[in-house]
Amino acid sequence: MNTTLGQFNPLAISFFAIFIATSLGITYWAAKQTKSTAHFYTAGGNISGFQNGLALAGDYMSAASFLGIAGLVALNGFDGLIYSIGFLVGWPVVMFLIAEPLRNLGKYTFIDVVAYRLRQKPVRISAAIGTLAVVVFYLIAQMVGAGNLIRLLFGMDYNLAVMIVGGVMLAYVIFGGMMATTWVQIIKAILLLSGTLLLAILVLAQFNFSPLNLFQAAADKYGAGVLAPGKLVSDPLDAISLGLSLMLGTAGLPHILMRFYTVRNAKAARTSVMYATIVIGFFYLLTFILGFGAMVLVGQDGIKKIDAGGNMAAPMLAQFLGGDAFLGFIAAVSFATILAVVAGLTLSGAATLSHDLWVNVVRHGATDETEEFRVARAATLLLGVLAIILGIVFQGENVAYMVGLAFAIAASCNFPALLMSMMWRGLTTIGAVSSMLAGTISSLVLIYLSPTIQVTILKHASAPFPLKNPGLISIPLAFAVGIIVSLLKSERLASERFAEVESRIHSEEVL
Amino acid sequence: MNERSRALTALANERWRISFWLTSAMLTIYFGFILLIAYNKPLLGYLIAPGLSLGILLGALVIVAAWVLIYIYIRWANTYYDKQLAKIRGDEQ
Repeated sequence: MNTTLGQFNPLAISFFAIFIATSLGITYWAAKQTKSTAHFYTAGGNISGFQNGLALAGDYMSAASFLGIAGLVALNGFDGLIYSIGFLVGWPVVMFLIAEPLRNLGKYTFIDVVAYRLRQKPVRISAAIGTLAVVVFYLIAQMVGAGNLIRLLFGMDYNLAVMIVGGVMLAYVIFGGMMATTWVQIIKAILLLSGTLLLAILVLAQFNFSPLNLFQAAADKYGAGVLAPGKLVSDPLDAISLGLSLMLGTAGLPHILMRFYTVRNAKAARTSVMYATIVIGFFYLLTFILGFGAMVLVGQDGIKKIDAGGNMAAPMLAQFLGGDAFLGFIAAVSFATILAVVAGLTLSGAATLSHDLWVNVVRHGATDETEEFRVARAATLLLGVLAIILGIVFQGENVAYMVGLAFAIAASCNFPALLMSMMWRGLTTIGAVSSMLAGTISSLVLIYLSPTIQVTILKHASAPFPLKNPGLISIPLAFAVGIIVSLLKSERLASERFAEVESRIHSEEVL
Repeated sequence: MNERSRALTALANERWRISFWLTSAMLTIYFGFILLIAYNKPLLGYLIAPGLSLGILLGALVIVAAWVLIYIYIRWANTYYDKQLAKIRGDEQ
């Protein structure tokens, strides 16, 4: 099959230009309303539950899940589905354990909740280390992915692509803050969902609108093995470790958690997780169709010829079914997808730098509004420029593991401390700090010693640590360290103030 | 401890209990699926209908199970939890 991928595509560029123009228009409108730090971080808390549900979906569904999983399914069949399911199952955990108490106990970041009844400085510093590690690793993965994708999709130079993504994202966040970020994420979620839905309908139209006919066609072409588990999961412990990180990491991602402060109350936070889970689940079910559709209609050899990792399966499928116009639309949607995710990441990193570190650590909580607003924007600029530089530095490097690493740190540093701070009276400052540091450091050390780095990147014959993802060790370790250290020496003030936490879990005001 | 804060603590405990059971259910379903993939690949490759392997069906059902658990939680929260909270708040006045 011939493809115009990677060549200058005027239609793709036009769709893309329309998206950029619209989103910058929204940013201009949002900038006029973004007059205070509360507006900058949380859009003033005026986003509805439904809107926030869409924005959460837009914040979460990265290009890796759209293009990457469709490609994995196209090349590996059933094995690719393991990822799409893993990325969804964290959402119920967010709903049951995190969303509502988080909304009631915090103000701008999840660190507000961890630090609520503990000593501010040590908790904020150690939580900020974890948050910034998650944000930076996730940003590198997104930026390198963006550069590669845009080069493949539009035939644009890698460095230029990284700078455009960084520059447009900075415009959204610096001027429009959370308001612009939210609307970019909402529009992206709608575009992504309608694009995949349209693609799935066009695929199914070729198979009498029966997914089973499609799966059967895949089995006829590549053998029944594509419908069964294959080589991807060979070591059960590896699969469990990755599964734990994906599931609990979702509930510890700073850019996801921050979105719960954009709604009016806990009930709206509840509603937003419901809509997010419906949208994200539906999207991942559609990736079943997209992946197998690309496998049958485009063919594995054709997909691998353009990109060995299979990332171009969905765009190639779009071109096969709807010509250059549909390819252009899907390419623009992929670009929008990346922009929405990096904007959310950068904003949450900037909130931690300014709100947690500058205001609450450097200034002991005593700053005026103007100063915090200025620091927040400067922090955004800093992170955006850093993202562009890292994107360029890591060009051509294998960064796929960084998403897994970001989830592992989120699951090992952020999630245990956050959960214990809300549930367990006995948690002390030193306990929380040791837990977060243990989670972050063990994730980093274990991933360095794992086959992911030692074998895949450093080309050594074997690795000292057998698992590809550290979650199975680092998450229980973070909980154990937090509990043991807290039990060694109790903290009177922290346990006295727990009554306040118990009351505020239900409601923002102390009842 | 006055009566209201006792009621709030009781409600908090109840909330965590429900959350714990629903989270455990999600963990069991998901890791059950992963363990089947790891230990019983032939079973998941079994074709229930032409084109439909047990693995694909169960995979889709894991996503549906996430929706169902969320539905159960939302129902509990909207009907029971919110009312209890309103009742405790009402006692205040």
